[in-house]
Amino acid sequence: MKFLHDSWVIFKRSIILSAQNPLWIAIGLLQPILYLSLFGPLLTRMASVPGFPPGDAWRVFVPGLLVQLGIFGGAFVGFVIIAEWRNGVIDRQMVSPASRAALITGRVLRDVVVLLVQTIILITAAIAFGLRVPIEALLLGVVLVMLLGASFSALSYAAGLALKSEDAFAPMVNTFALPVLLLSGILLPMTLAPRWLQIASDFNPFKHMVEALRAVFRSEYFSFTVALGFGLALGLVILSAWVGTRVFGNQTK
Amino acid sequence: MSSNDLMIEARGLKRTYKARKKVIEAVQGIDLSVRRGEIVGFLGPNGAGKTTTLKMLCTLLQPTDGEATVAGCDLRRDPEGVRRNIGYVAQGGTTSGLARVGLEIVSQAELFGIHSTEAKKRGLELLHALDLDDIWDRPCGSLSGGQRRRLDIVMGLLHQPALVFLDEPSTGLDPQSRANLWNHIRRLRDEFETTVFLTTHYMDEADSLSDRLLIIDHGRIAGEGTSSELKARISGDSLTFTLRDNEEAAKAGGVAGGLDKAANVVVEGNVLKFQIPEGARALPGFLKALGEQNIDPIGAEIARPTLDDVFLTLTGRSLRD
Repeated sequence: MKFLHDSWVIFKRSIILSAQNPLWIAIGLLQPILYLSLFGPLLTRMASVPGFPPGDAWRVFVPGLLVQLGIFGGAFVGFVIIAEWRNGVIDRQMVSPASRAALITGRVLRDVVVLLVQTIILITAAIAFGLRVPIEALLLGVVLVMLLGASFSALSYAAGLALKSEDAFAPMVNTFALPVLLLSGILLPMTLAPRWLQIASDFNPFKHMVEALRAVFRSEYFSFTVALGFGLALGLVILSAWVGTRVFGNQTK
Repeated sequence: MSSNDLMIEARGLKRTYKARKKVIEAVQGIDLSVRRGEIVGFLGPNGAGKTTTLKMLCTLLQPTDGEATVAGCDLRRDPEGVRRNIGYVAQGGTTSGLARVGLEIVSQAELFGIHSTEAKKRGLELLHALDLDDIWDRPCGSLSGGQRRRLDIVMGLLHQPALVFLDEPSTGLDPQSRANLWNHIRRLRDEFETTVFLTTHYMDEADSLSDRLLIIDHGRIAGEGTSSELKARISGDSLTFTLRDNEEAAKAGGVAGGLDKAANVVVEGNVLKFQIPEGARALPGFLKALGEQNIDPIGAEIARPTLDDVFLTLTGRSLRD
């Protein structure tokens, strides 16, 4: 009860702060919208190339963009917590009797809600460009983005709070982001890749999540691919929640 | 004194850090007691271990060793109880510059289980008490340095704690804002009966604000007492006399040397200087003794010792180092 109450208090404060600066929500959307409008049309021509997976270009491309939004929507929130720590907000909240887990959960919830708004806008735009998939597939897509967003937000807060320096945090996120992006088939499906690159990408869990969502967008709900992708996302949420809570708790060590 | 009258009781509080395989002892075993209703100043140079000690007492840092009871709760076994009963105002501020004052106040109070309506009522009352009317809807970042610092204090008082920790409350403020802040801190104790534990590296702040001082240096308590006790005990007052000529000065030096507790007797030309506890009280007797030898000083001056002198005597270095 106390955990829920405290999470709600932290969530409320954070979401009001976000709502005061809607520009940041728009900036977060800019990248996927640009991909959608400037890169998507290129892909429609490529859908006939051998090795391109089944389904039209939009059904292959939009799942990648959604996974990308989930990852990058959460990955940078560490900057926010470094700023809050520097302002003394974190220490002030740590000296209150609030549940330690709630201090991070409330913030993650805010990021998930912001991400939900962004996802809905992105999907609406994609439909305008020509995406045609059943509503249940879209809903599963939203769920996957939420799971990824929650994970990355928690991990990003943990990293930010552990490093306490923008100068250390920024290169860390970038070092992580590029290989994840290139090896996940977010932009182009890995089925187009040479054998060695395909094997390398098998070790990237985010590739399996993209594959799972592409399967869902082909109306394929019950398959190993789908179970693997969503299972990995679920596992990641649990792992991230544990890491995040631990880092917050260890602040007093 | 019953233990109920103690707001803080710490025994052997210690904190070590490991940095590059070296163990750094930031705080090397501190004993301290603070009574209910006291304003206690924790004085020491930068890096002496003030903030580390404060963070331990506020549950922000786990002590490496030692134990403490803070506001009636055991620091190790019941950190949540400690948090419920103390206010903590950190050195670097407590509010986000982007957030509006009302948002920070209500969210902070809610973390203590206070309903938002009651939180707003208390917040407005406290803002009024600290001369911060009409800032409820302003972003914290738009306040002046002095206003924001007083807002930090409001944030620490919302749950009406019996004990407040202030870490370097007036650092970075202009002289007027500082004097204003001190008045507010005194009123806290006088009107709300709040016990105040504050750290500072400013002598004037420690001197004018605290009922009692704890001096910390190199992670240890180097001295303790009221400002005047510390000054009387350690340095004594400086007495300076100007005499008609060098010969008289030398004779007067001899008289001074014979006084009980006189120290550091120095004669330079026709000027005599020495230190003695409670100089104002010693002066008439000394003048009388001089009169018996027909020595008649043409000038006399008593200088009260400063806390700087105290610090120098206790630690062998100046607070400004």
